[in-house]
Amino acid sequence: MSELYARTVAELSQELRAGSVSSVELTRLFLARTQQYQSELNAFITISADSALEQAARADERLRAGTAGPLTGVPIAHKDIFCTRGEKTSCGSRMLANFISPYDATVVERLRAAGAVMIGKTNMDEFAMGSSNENSFFGPVRNPWDLTRVPGGSSGGSAAAVAARLVPAATGTDTGGSIRQPAALCGVTGIKPTYGRVSRYGMIAFASSLDQGGVLAIDAEDAALLLAAMAGFDQRDSTSVELPVPPLHATLEQPLKGVKIGLLKEFFDEGLDRGIEQCIQTGLSVLQAQGAVVREVSLPNLPLSVPTYYVVAPAECSSNLARFDGVRYGYRCEQPLDLLDLYQRTRSEGFGAEVKRRIMVGTYVLSAGYYDAYYLRAQRVRALISADFERAFHEVDVLLGPTTPTTAFELGAKTSDPVTMYLNDIYTIGANLAGLPAMSIPCGFVDGLPAGMQLIGPHFSEASLLNIAHRYQRETDWHLRLPSRFT
Amino acid sequence: MSIKRSDIESIAHLARLALSEPEIPRYIDELSRILGLVEQLTRVDTSAVTPMAHPLPGQRQRLRADAVTETDQHQLYQRNAPQVSTGLYLVPRVIE
Repeated sequence: MSELYARTVAELSQELRAGSVSSVELTRLFLARTQQYQSELNAFITISADSALEQAARADERLRAGTAGPLTGVPIAHKDIFCTRGEKTSCGSRMLANFISPYDATVVERLRAAGAVMIGKTNMDEFAMGSSNENSFFGPVRNPWDLTRVPGGSSGGSAAAVAARLVPAATGTDTGGSIRQPAALCGVTGIKPTYGRVSRYGMIAFASSLDQGGVLAIDAEDAALLLAAMAGFDQRDSTSVELPVPPLHATLEQPLKGVKIGLLKEFFDEGLDRGIEQCIQTGLSVLQAQGAVVREVSLPNLPLSVPTYYVVAPAECSSNLARFDGVRYGYRCEQPLDLLDLYQRTRSEGFGAEVKRRIMVGTYVLSAGYYDAYYLRAQRVRALISADFERAFHEVDVLLGPTTPTTAFELGAKTSDPVTMYLNDIYTIGANLAGLPAMSIPCGFVDGLPAGMQLIGPHFSEASLLNIAHRYQRETDWHLRLPSRFT
Repeated sequence: MSIKRSDIESIAHLARLALSEPEIPRYIDELSRILGLVEQLTRVDTSAVTPMAHPLPGQRQRLRADAVTETDQHQLYQRNAPQVSTGLYLVPRVIE
């Protein structure tokens, strides 16, 4: 049996119920690792030792009383985009560097109710805008597999924390790939559910028609455990879907015989690293050996995902971030001359470069005379991309391809040109535009760096994605590999 | 796509962002590159396509009952405010 810190949520849950370890002991263990590696990885913005130990003590009472659920007493971390009552919620920004949330996000509330112990808030690209975690006001996160490289973003802190086993699982959000891309680059399992599956209440908004909360974990089983606790209808989110969530854990073991997998032709382009392509082909054969049937599928409009996204997402961002005005909460500039100066300097000083760039692009594409040419056209192309997916799902059950074109790149390698950085999300954005659930699972290594395999399913097919991922992970051990400096 | 200095200045004003002099040429360059990427969208014929307004088909905007669900918590909320006085948010004088 592996070291306690390297166990999955499911395994830790068993130990807790068996009484072989207490939640307080586990919480101390993961807090100690988090603190030990903070200077190297910078994976956390806030470490909440005191409140974590209090929660752990309460979890131990529930465990003793026999009222514990599968997550009771298990330490986790939340991406700092989720509001946590009484705790700093910064969203990686100077704008909210001192913001103490007066309420809990629904995701936080539900995981708390399930008994999960929150040990802290993870680092992220400012307002979830970025693919490398270099846009955080609190400094970049480093990739546990190579400290000179990025962990991906925007949920880079959560991905690095799980990869280094500072926590067994963490929450994330995904607007254009922000769960799947860092999961791939750090060698962990990540799931972005269907749009509307997980409540956006208390999840700081970036692009409201694309944002979706999800999980980063060691394996698919753990992702299912957390997602089951987080997902489901919430009155307080106007786009929350009023559909019951099937028991995600119950179908993990279903055989894959006859499952139709579509290999996404457009993802195997000239930009894809040959080593990653090799990993995907090998991964595919693992699924075929279990009876899955593979065929190639083409989505001709999918290559337009990146340009579509870089109209829609900045437009929604510019609108959402208009609320930061230096009046009601958050940063305020010193000595404002008048109200206009207060707004302008507060926003210029409070937002970082990438956030301002997107606000500028968004304001431009929504401005008079340009709305039809940019925003409306992008929403039309979005409909075409969505229709491509729908057609594909008449032929196959799930789509498969790489999560990212390359493995983790070096810090600073892509910061000079925003467009180069944007192209990191070329394979992940499509699922957000169409509102589809998608996963990234570890499928090998290229020159010592993890590669991710992506699964995209029809709306509300989280259970099938988790089933395929779990069956894959039963036959492989890529997800159990640990970077040596963290063992 | 050519972005002019005057475009950057007017967008910055609409977005309520104060740009410093050296930032302006940088924004001209970066926005031009981003809009250059976006130009690809003109390659596809979208004349017969209905713009997508919601990522899930067939979803309708839900309405809640018109009932009071929130209690007054202004003191709690104003703890995060930069400047308050007697329950009011303070800003620089607007009317002389």
